Amino acid sequence: MLTHRIIPCLDVRDGRVVKGVRFSGLRDAGDPAERAAAYEAQGADELVMLDVSATPEGRATAADTVRRIRAVLGIPLTVGGGVRRPENAATLLEAGADKVGVNTAAVENPALISEIAERFGRQCAVLALDAARYADGRPGWEVVTQSGKHRTGRDAIAWAREAAERGAGEILLTSWDRDGTRSGYDTDLLAAVSGAVQVPVIASGGAATSAHLAEALHAGADAVLAASIFHDGDYTVVRVKAELVSLGFGGRIRL
Amino acid sequence: MNVLVVRTGTANLASVLAGLTRAGGRPTLTDDPDAVRRADRVMLPGVGAFAAALVELRARGLDAALRERITAGRPTMGICLGMQLFAEASEESPGEAGLGIVPGTVERFRGPGVRIPQLGWNEVIPQTGCRLLQPGHAYFANSYRLAQVPAGWHGALTTHGEPFVAAFERGPVLACQFHPELSGAWGRALLTRWLEAGERIC
Repeated sequence: MLTHRIIPCLDVRDGRVVKGVRFSGLRDAGDPAERAAAYEAQGADELVMLDVSATPEGRATAADTVRRIRAVLGIPLTVGGGVRRPENAATLLEAGADKVGVNTAAVENPALISEIAERFGRQCAVLALDAARYADGRPGWEVVTQSGKHRTGRDAIAWAREAAERGAGEILLTSWDRDGTRSGYDTDLLAAVSGAVQVPVIASGGAATSAHLAEALHAGADAVLAASIFHDGDYTVVRVKAELVSLGFGGRIRL
Repeated sequence: MNVLVVRTGTANLASVLAGLTRAGGRPTLTDDPDAVRRADRVMLPGVGAFAAALVELRARGLDAALRERITAGRPTMGICLGMQLFAEASEESPGEAGLGIVPGTVERFRGPGVRIPQLGWNEVIPQTGCRLLQPGHAYFANSYRLAQVPAGWHGALTTHGEPFVAAFERGPVLACQFHPELSGAWGRALLTRWLEAGERIC
């Protein structure tokens, strides 16, 4: 049986891991390769690196960072942030990424998903979907882009379905309402998206405790992503896995 | 321990090269069939589509070189699509002939509630006779799979909806549906065992 994956996320800016609430008030959280190796040693199942650099110089550093992580990392690495063309994906894959995440550029140009899937395989094409509840109180969620700055008005469930049809092999689903709040994942959103698509769904946004991770898995997520709980040292991956086992989940445990 | 990695066009080469290096190998890339014939060890990685990889291999005569050395039992390893290419055909690319080293057709996962692609860690359960393959968890990324261990090979099984072939081996020839280069310490140890199996034989 496939086990649920625990995925620490490294937000990387100009070659350093940073942490912050909704990308504001960023604080330094260490060297990406060192953090990556430490998380693998703790039993992380996979890593996600999101490049949150704001400048072209920072973007150029991202491939170098991927290269440095790859040299020490023996588990899968998904890299996202700033991927606008298949060539950007090729650069990251050549540097050592196994999967590439697309977000804003895919909303603006959905063909990008199929281009990446056809060239590199579906399992390489990850849709990073940021969703927020409609501001006017309507039921459901809309897609947000540009790190939450732009509300598209587009239905998040329909977009998830379309992206999977276009070749996305996985959906990294972030609740913009919960991200950075430490109040738990949006389990209604998770259940709606994982019920709408056949591809795996990674839960993101809002985790503070192992119980939150368990709620996301119960809601239908195949994997759970978290950043601050690991960076802040509140939890090690080892401890999260042990607590999930005590809550009745199987897993790939290495202690 | 030198190992030649076959260029198939769209593989996750950086991860394969880094994984082999961490396992004690000295990997170099090639698309030369004579080099594939001569090499002590050959790795056939694979990410991408069945037909595209075969077109690439045939264009350079690499298909024949691989078939020869695998049939002769020389140290060779296929990963993911690289394993599937050992088969006769795949539902992914109907009408396209595989290397035909083992019988059977690679089929798409099926069954209600089965996520496709399978992405994640699954349990590898070696059947009797396996020497390189040991129990553990390995990382898989696939939408297609081989349902039965080919006759004359020792296999390991796992389950996604239904049981399927995680890997099969014969002497120093090893074909893995999972990605040993992404399977942490367990995968690194498997790569090292395969590299050393070649050492004993060459």
